[in-house]
Amino acid sequence: MYPEADFLPVSGMQHMIYCPRQCGLIHVDREWEENRFTAEGRVLHERVDKGGEQEKSGVRLCYAMPLKSLSLGLFGVADCVEFHKIEKEIWQPVPVEYKRGKPKLIEADRVQLCAQAICLEEMLHTEIREGFLFYASPRRRETVPFDAALRELTRQTAMEYHAMMESGVLPKARYRKDRCDRCSLFDICQPKAKSAKLWLQKRLSEDLT
Amino acid sequence: MKPLQNILYITKPGAYLSKERETIRIRLEEGPDMKIPIHGISGIVCFGTVGMSPWLMGFCAERNVAVTFLTDTGRFLAKVHGPLHGNVLLRRAQYRAADIADKSGTLAAAFVAGKLYNCRQALLRCIRDHGETPALRETEKLLSDRIRKLTSIEDCDTARGMEGDAARSYFSAFPDLIRKDDPAFAFSGRNRRPPKDAVNALLSLFYTLLVHDVRSALETVGLDSAVGFLHKDRPGRPSLALDMMEELRPVFCDRLTVSLINREQVRASDFLTNPDSGAVTLEDEARKRVLAAWQKMKQETLTHPFTDEKIAKGLIPFIQARLLARHLRGDLDGYPPFLWR
Repeated sequence: MYPEADFLPVSGMQHMIYCPRQCGLIHVDREWEENRFTAEGRVLHERVDKGGEQEKSGVRLCYAMPLKSLSLGLFGVADCVEFHKIEKEIWQPVPVEYKRGKPKLIEADRVQLCAQAICLEEMLHTEIREGFLFYASPRRRETVPFDAALRELTRQTAMEYHAMMESGVLPKARYRKDRCDRCSLFDICQPKAKSAKLWLQKRLSEDLT
Repeated sequence: MKPLQNILYITKPGAYLSKERETIRIRLEEGPDMKIPIHGISGIVCFGTVGMSPWLMGFCAERNVAVTFLTDTGRFLAKVHGPLHGNVLLRRAQYRAADIADKSGTLAAAFVAGKLYNCRQALLRCIRDHGETPALRETEKLLSDRIRKLTSIEDCDTARGMEGDAARSYFSAFPDLIRKDDPAFAFSGRNRRPPKDAVNALLSLFYTLLVHDVRSALETVGLDSAVGFLHKDRPGRPSLALDMMEELRPVFCDRLTVSLINREQVRASDFLTNPDSGAVTLEDEARKRVLAAWQKMKQETLTHPFTDEKIAKGLIPFIQARLLARHLRGDLDGYPPFLWR
């Protein structure tokens, strides 16, 4: 159980899965650079961030719902939580997360959604078996079952996230083509950087001869 | 790398700046109002009696736009500061490093090495273009010798001593960089408060502009611009900005001063001498021209020697600040000063 003072934003979970250093840059070093991908994500969220509720055909939609979990030590806001009417006075919560682009191979989006589900389970004393990821292109909903493996990965990620924030030490950069080239923090992270010490000595001695 | 944004210089006396939605509205004493979108502006520098609404100040703070007020001669008055940026762990690391003798000594030596290297590049450029003079050759030798020694130095006082030495020699050779044979551009060493000749007036103006840029760059990455390594702490002094200025002066200020004079972009008639104080300042229209030249210089592109990125020259302070922050946080094994090609 984490005290509320140590809660971390749930949005960091997807960064942690994508790249722990990216997570450190954003959440420890407070860096943020916008690029096309982040701008698209921001625009996509403008509707859901307005909040509010609506109900249609047995489904109640709750936008921008605040979340927290003592066991994961996380807080945040769900894009949308759907409450499906199962029977009279019994509503099943289902988290929905909006994402730009197409379904991704890495687990980042699923882990973030699972963390939201665990928050909801704690808050509403219920059990949630699945949630949805809504991808903007193609406009498609993906069902995410919250199985044991995904829950375990989510808990593990939350622990590593807390350990990194506690130490304040950024994980070392490691260049990975599939992730680094589309990361908006590439120039700040400099995954291809060399030793500054050796570079300086070399340049100063070579250029003076 | 993030795009180089523009700095808005307001030099019209009596101008008043306010916020209108996402734009900066500039009201002048005569003529129509102007509106400039804040998007694409990274700083506002106001000279003399220029006013600004608190709403615009707050908006600038929120958007990370640096606002600085200077007197009409370019002396620093005040800077508008929003909430502190960046990481408290970084500032703590900076303070700790400043208290460790060999760590701050190594950093001081790196700043000085960068400075002497770039001063030497300025001399070599001149030798290459116009042939050598005894003063240029002699200073070049002295600088080379000091740079070699600096790689193994770990104490601030030695670094400071070398910096002082080298700066004297560099400024004694500086007149040889000026190819214009006009007594108006004679130069016999640095003087300021006030600058007493045209060359010093230009150098002082550019140093003020560079301090502004370096300071915003340091604060943007979350460093405390007042806690330096080469320059000791002194209340009110942006010591870290002055540290980082050392390596950038030859690249930004000295070079531009020399080329403005050599290319006759400034003339003797552009300067005014105050009969009482002897202070030399730029006349209004010429100052506008000189500020435009400064902005244009910052748009030149080059390849950063350490990161190998192609960038606008104006982003150098920002990249150096970032590299320093990374070093202080233990993410990079040293601080690579900007070495000018």
